[in-house]
Amino acid sequence: MDFLRPTTWEDALAAKADQPEAVPVQGGTDVMVEINFDRRRPPALLDLNQVAELREWAMVDGACRVGAGVSYTTVIEELAGPLPGLAQAARTVGSPQIRNRGSIGGNLGAASPAGDSHPPLLAAGAVVEVESLARGVRMIPAAEYYLGVKRSALEPDELIRAVHVRPATGPQYFSKIGTRNAMVIAVCSFAIALHPGERRVGTGIGSAAPTPRRAPEAEELLAQELDWGAPLDPALAGRFAELCAAAAAPIDDVRGAAAYRVHAIAVMARRTLTWAWNDHLARRAA
Amino acid sequence: MRVTFTVNGREESADDVWEGESLLYVLRERLGLPGSKNACEQGECGSCTVYLDGLPVCACLVAAGQAEGRQVRTVEGLADGGRLDPVQEAFVECGAVQCGFCTPGLIVQAHDLLERVPRPSDAEIREALAGNLCRCTGYEQILDAVRLAAARKMARKTAQKMAQKKARKAD
Repeated sequence: MDFLRPTTWEDALAAKADQPEAVPVQGGTDVMVEINFDRRRPPALLDLNQVAELREWAMVDGACRVGAGVSYTTVIEELAGPLPGLAQAARTVGSPQIRNRGSIGGNLGAASPAGDSHPPLLAAGAVVEVESLARGVRMIPAAEYYLGVKRSALEPDELIRAVHVRPATGPQYFSKIGTRNAMVIAVCSFAIALHPGERRVGTGIGSAAPTPRRAPEAEELLAQELDWGAPLDPALAGRFAELCAAAAAPIDDVRGAAAYRVHAIAVMARRTLTWAWNDHLARRAA
Repeated sequence: MRVTFTVNGREESADDVWEGESLLYVLRERLGLPGSKNACEQGECGSCTVYLDGLPVCACLVAAGQAEGRQVRTVEGLADGGRLDPVQEAFVECGAVQCGFCTPGLIVQAHDLLERVPRPSDAEIREALAGNLCRCTGYEQILDAVRLAAARKMARKTAQKMAQKKARKAD
């Protein structure tokens, strides 16, 4: 096995071009588990810890450009204001030790349907910035990024540079089902983001389909029928919940049954919409 | 490959490290520091918690090569010579130990909490220790120990400040 330690982004891209089968490792919270358990023996590990710019975030063209190496702890401490949905999801990841190491880029790289970052990124309309030496930068909307169970639109010679997320213009919520309040891989999860300026609501479903996904029909329903100045109609919330559940396509596995997950998605969809709507009305009144 | 990093203030090197090897393995098996414990190897139990550049992490999930040139502090590096750290003292006094396997990880994690939050609430203690599993004690004595350590550290700080003030006045 090779251990590659680039110290600049250019060197990292060159290393990935040279050895596309090298597995990038950031916090190691997924990759090292697979190696420790003999589930994976990549020909090379590409350590990205030394690429300092990956650990930074900045405002670029009106969006937060969050470096792929930004840890969950940093998201919680520094980005809870502009990215409340992502920060809420980050708080539910593993333990403090895991949040100190685990990164948004790592979550995107692993592309697990249960990854906690994905639903809020989908709901907020995030865009993933990837790059290769040969073809340069590609901007991939989150909704087109996830292709299958642990499969993404990332090409073998590409690395994830950052994710771009517009600062919240309305309330955002993340909800997750698990057996404890900590150290839990989602049984299923749901994220919602209100975009009052566009009269639109974004959704993200986690761990209830082969990939993280939006609920487009549920979003369309609210775009058509929500009255942004009035209390939430419970019947509309109920139909929204049904359409979110219908967008899920879960399986039975060790963490939960498919039928339970469908039910739970409906419950979380209605709850998070209600929480967000209450905040929205309170902000209008203030 | 050869890996060189600073452990508890001393530069150490390990040779013939396999590229997929964890920092935990290097600490325990190559550098003779068995304080950090090896249990789950998947970041679930917290027994291998060490500081990496000042942040507590699971050493089992850090590739050894990722520690190159960095600062690692293990449970062996918390005591000041022969004098235990207040967190260690409190664990002994409160009987927050049974089989002892989870103890080093809990101590490092509690140490970090008190460095960041000198007077943590019970909720903050629980949150900080959520990733450290103990299968013996039921956690109550562990919470007692963290509370005691927090109180002692605060008392020591206050005493130090008073002594400094006195010294300044004497000048």
